Amino acid sequence: MKNLILATATAALCATGVLAEDVKVGMITTLSGGGAGLGIDVRDGFMLAIAQSGRDDIEVVIEDDQRKPDIAVQLSDKMIQSERVDVMTGIIWSNLAMAVVPAAVNQDVFYLSPNAGPSPLAGQGCHQNYFNVAWQNDNLHEAAGSYANGAGYANSFILAPNYPAGQDALTGYKRMYDGELAGEVFTQLGQTDYAAEIAQIRASGADSVFFFLPGGMGISFLKQYADSGVDIPVVGPAFSFDQGILQAVGDAALGVVNTSQWNKDIDNPTNAAFVDSFQAEYDRLPSLYASQGFDTANLLLSALSVAHPNDADAFRDALRAADFDSTRGDFAFGPNHHPVQTIYAREVIQEGDVFTNKIIGVALENHSDAYAAMCKM
Amino acid sequence: MSSILIIEQILNGLQFGVMLFLMAAGLTLIFGVMGLINLAHGSLYMVGAFAAAAVAGLTGSFLLGLIAALIAAAFAGAIIEMVVIRRLYKAAHLDQVLATFALILIFSEGTRWVFGSFPLFLDIPDALSGPVTLPGGIQYPLYRLTLIAIGLLVALGLWALIERTRIGIQIRAGENDREMIGALGVDISKLYTLIFALGAALAGLAGALVGAIQSVQVGMGEPVLILAFVVIVIGGIGSIRGAFVGALLVGLTDTLGGVFLPELFKLFMEAGAAQKSGSALASMSIYMLMGLVLIWRPTGLFGART
Repeated sequence: MKNLILATATAALCATGVLAEDVKVGMITTLSGGGAGLGIDVRDGFMLAIAQSGRDDIEVVIEDDQRKPDIAVQLSDKMIQSERVDVMTGIIWSNLAMAVVPAAVNQDVFYLSPNAGPSPLAGQGCHQNYFNVAWQNDNLHEAAGSYANGAGYANSFILAPNYPAGQDALTGYKRMYDGELAGEVFTQLGQTDYAAEIAQIRASGADSVFFFLPGGMGISFLKQYADSGVDIPVVGPAFSFDQGILQAVGDAALGVVNTSQWNKDIDNPTNAAFVDSFQAEYDRLPSLYASQGFDTANLLLSALSVAHPNDADAFRDALRAADFDSTRGDFAFGPNHHPVQTIYAREVIQEGDVFTNKIIGVALENHSDAYAAMCKM
Repeated sequence: MSSILIIEQILNGLQFGVMLFLMAAGLTLIFGVMGLINLAHGSLYMVGAFAAAAVAGLTGSFLLGLIAALIAAAFAGAIIEMVVIRRLYKAAHLDQVLATFALILIFSEGTRWVFGSFPLFLDIPDALSGPVTLPGGIQYPLYRLTLIAIGLLVALGLWALIERTRIGIQIRAGENDREMIGALGVDISKLYTLIFALGAALAGLAGALVGAIQSVQVGMGEPVLILAFVVIVIGGIGSIRGAFVGALLVGLTDTLGGVFLPELFKLFMEAGAAQKSGSALASMSIYMLMGLVLIWRPTGLFGART
C-alpha cells in the first residue's frame, strides 16, 4: 500500500530556489489503527504546505507504520536504501522514533520530527541531522506544572500510563510544579476504564488533577470523570484536547485548561492563513498535529530554498536558521535542535456546535528543555 | 483506605466484570458449540458501538442507539457466519484464526472508510447521567449501576434461554454431540447462524453500553477481546456459568489489583517505585489468575472434564 503523492503546480510559480535536482522526502506516519487521527493530521498539514509552495520538484513518499516499531524500521530501511530519500519525517510515537531516527540520521539522512520528542534524542543522543519541530516530550507537561503554580494549586493528583512517555509526563509536571502530591498513579497503556482511579481521586483530598492520557484514553477518562460527580479542576497537555478528540468528549471537556504550543487563535498572518486554508482543503478544523506538520514542511521548504540536502552542511545551517513563518509566530531552535518556544494555557470552549480551544494565558515563555545541556553536537 | 473507597472499587470491578461477561458469553457459546475460535468478536463489539453512536447522533435517542447496536451487530454476525465462518467449521483452528483475523482487518478499515479516523461521540442519556448517593454515603455514577443491572439481567436471561427453552436444549445438545443432533433432524446450519448472531448481538450491546463512557473508535474491540478470551479460559470453554464467574473474577482482580497492589508495595518500598512496580504487577494479575486456575483445573472452573 503505497501512496505516491507528487506536489503538482506550475514551475512558473517558483519565485526562488529552483533547483536542478529533485528532492525526495520520506514520510513514515500512522495512517491506520487507533492512532491514525494524529498521523493523518500531520500528513494533511505537511502536504498542504507543500502544495501551497507550488514546487513541483519535491516528491513525498508516504507510508503507514501502523503504530508498530518493527514496521517503521522496515519502511525506514526501504526509504533510505531503495527509495534513496534525502529527508525523512512523519513519526508520531516516541517508541517508533527511537527505533527509526538514530539509524536514519547515522546514514546521513536528515530527520525532521513533526511530533515525537523523546528525551534521549534531545540530550545525549542528539544528532546534527535530527531536528524536532514540535517539542521535547516533557515541554507541555512542564507548562502544565507551571500553570498549576500560577492557578494556586497546592495538592495535585497526577496520573499517566505506565510507559516511557507517561513517566516523562509525570516527571515533566513535577519538574515545574511546586505543590504537594495528593497521589501519583500509573495506569495501563490503552486502559479504557478509569473508575478505579476516579474513586482514588475522590478519596485523596486533592485540589487539582493533572493527567496525560493521549487519544482514546483521554476521551474515556474525561467522560467518566464528568459523570462521576467529582468536580476538582483538571489540567493536562493538549494531547487529550486536540481538535480530533474534543468532539468525541463533548460537554465533559468544557472549561478544562490544557497546555499547547499552538492554537488556532494565535494571532499572526501565517496562522490565520493556515487555519483558513486547512479548513477549505479538508473541511475540518486543524489540530496541533496538523500545525506541526505544516510547520515541518515550511521549515523544510525554507531550507530547500537555500541548499539541496546533498550539500549537507549548507542545508543543515539553513534548517538551523529556521527562517520560515511558523504558525506559532516566532520560531527558533535551541542548541540541541529542539524548539525554544512559548507554551500557552488554553481552555476548552464551544463555538456553535464545535468544541475547540481558546488561549487564556502564557504558561511558559521562551521555554527550552531540560536535556539541552547534555547534548554534545 | 476507607471502607467507602473499597466498596466503590468492588462496584467498579463488578461493573467491569458484567460487561466482560456480555463479550465472553458469545465467545464461549461460539467456541463451545461450533468449536470455532472467533477473533472477530471484538469487531462486532466495535460495530455495536459505532451503530449506537451513529443512530444516537442522528436521532438523539440513546435507546434507539442501543436497539440499532443490537440489530447491526446481530446482522453483521449472521452475515459473516453465512459468508465466511460456515466454511471454517471443519478447518483447523489455525485456519480459523487466520480467517477471523482477516475479518478484524476488514472490519477496522471498513469502519474507518465509513466513519473516518476520528473517534465518535456517544454520551450517557441525561436520565442516567451523574452520580447517586448509595446507603453509607457512597457516591456512585448511576450509569455504572445501570450497567451492572443490565449485565445481571442478560446473564439471567441467557441462563433461562439455555436451561429452559427448546433452543437452549439444542444448543446444549450441539455442544455435546454435533452429529447426533443433526441426525435427530435439527437444522444445524440454522442453529449455528442463530447462535452466532446471538453472540454478536451481546458483543454489540456491550460495545454500545461501554461506548457511552469510553471512546468509540476503530480498534476498540481488540483489548476487550483478549480479556474475554482470558475469561472463557478461566471459566471453562463452552460454559455460560463459567463465563459469568470468570468475568466477575477477572473484573474484580483487574480493578482491585490496580488499586491495592501499589498500596501494598508502599508498605515496604519508596512511593514512586511502589507505584511503578505495583501497577506493572497489577497489569499481569489477571494472567497470573488464569495460570493459577489452569494449574488447579486444566479445563477451567466449569469446563467439561476430559
